[in-house]
Amino acid sequence: MKREEIEAIVKNFLIEEFEVDEKLITHEALLKEDLGIDSLDFIDIVVIVERNLGFKIKPEEMTDVRNFRQFCDYMESKAGNQ
Amino acid sequence: MNRRVAITGMGIYSCIGKNIEDVKTSLYAGRSGIGIDPERTKYGYRSPLTGIVDPPVIIRSMLDRRLRIGLAESGEYAYMATVEALKNAGMDADYLADNEAGIIYGNDSSAKAVVDTHIIMEERKDTMLLGSEAVFRSMNSTVTMNLSTIFKLRGINMTVSAACASSSHAIGLGCIFIRQGLQDIVLCGGAQETNKYSMASFDALRTFSVRTDNPGKASRPFDAGRDGLVPSGGAASLILEDYEHAVKRGATIYAEITGYGFSSNGMQISQPSYQGCAIAMERALKDAGASAADIDYVNAHATSTPQGDMFEAMALNKVFGASRPFISSTKSMTGHECWMAGASEIVYSTLMMQNSFIAPNINFDHPDEYSQKLNIASETKETDINMFLSNSFGFGGTNSALVVKKPER
Repeated sequence: MKREEIEAIVKNFLIEEFEVDEKLITHEALLKEDLGIDSLDFIDIVVIVERNLGFKIKPEEMTDVRNFRQFCDYMESKAGNQ
Repeated sequence: MNRRVAITGMGIYSCIGKNIEDVKTSLYAGRSGIGIDPERTKYGYRSPLTGIVDPPVIIRSMLDRRLRIGLAESGEYAYMATVEALKNAGMDADYLADNEAGIIYGNDSSAKAVVDTHIIMEERKDTMLLGSEAVFRSMNSTVTMNLSTIFKLRGINMTVSAACASSSHAIGLGCIFIRQGLQDIVLCGGAQETNKYSMASFDALRTFSVRTDNPGKASRPFDAGRDGLVPSGGAASLILEDYEHAVKRGATIYAEITGYGFSSNGMQISQPSYQGCAIAMERALKDAGASAADIDYVNAHATSTPQGDMFEAMALNKVFGASRPFISSTKSMTGHECWMAGASEIVYSTLMMQNSFIAPNINFDHPDEYSQKLNIASETKETDINMFLSNSFGFGGTNSALVVKKPER
């Protein structure tokens, strides 16, 4: 899966599922502070990713993930392992 | 301290109307909200009869995602009823930010959320695929944990699970908190889910009516031809408030709750008891400082089961045999709203008291030997009500009765 595809999918579920304002989503946007994604939302991201992309991610592997770009990096690494 | 308790807000979402005004019209007209749910037959129910409650559509503009996704069906009903209750109590978000309010709500199941969780676990074998909302939807306290978060309530916060008397006890406990000066405002109520999972185990007891040829005639409390109850649901919310607090802020006082009585039968788990019912009523009257003769109307628990109605009729005759107030069971129209019934029937009876009528016990065509001794209103009666008593009884022999009177002008 190409990087652009991953970014588009992540952006789409942030907008559609988490009701994040599209204008706020930049590469450096902080997931918690800027986009309002809280610890409970990370539980839901696991479900959404599994449903849409068919692989499982783990919140405990995302402890260093702070912004949109880092999250997409993590997603890219997980997708690459499939 | 023994402060007085006012009702300063009411909201309802039920099979006979989705707001106070529509419900009042239905009550006066004696309109039944009962229908057939074909899904129940396919699922394996003995009876497909149920109150038909349209699920509310709670959209993004009403609640943001985090506040919305934790609501199970019962919570959605309770949210709608509470929005109405707070509105007519004159309490907006700013008011609740400045004033501490509690919540005590009756609820005794969240079956669909539990089943949904089970299905995912059986299929996927991974709790991480349940999502964050599963736990907040599936616990018995789902209504209070969600509403307290949505409305930012900072006082007492708990659910009462007491079968079909849940929300009557919730109101009784709300009164105690206010009377004792522990709270000035408590949101009380009851919610009942109506999905096909919620009532299957109840259907197993063969206590539901199977009179499917004419659903509107199926629920017939006290009638000799009754063959069982019809389950129903929705939610009812009441704003209970210290009377003086309400007067001081210029609130409209719809009614005053003056008595709460309770008892437990201490018998077989599903066996009603006329002694237990009578003790709860007598205790409520005593608590209200009232006599049986002061009661103008009794909203009976009567669900339309052969045994339950018989025992309640015996108890009503014991307590009210001399004074013979009007009696009706609004379950003849609504079906049995179970965990919600105690609260909804306070809303129904208060609406009658405000508008000087008694809603009919529809389908009361032929009394039996017990109900013939009672003054049952089989048609709408135009009459003043100054004080009423409302009964709620539940499995395990839990009984609750509330006495409510017209506010002083």
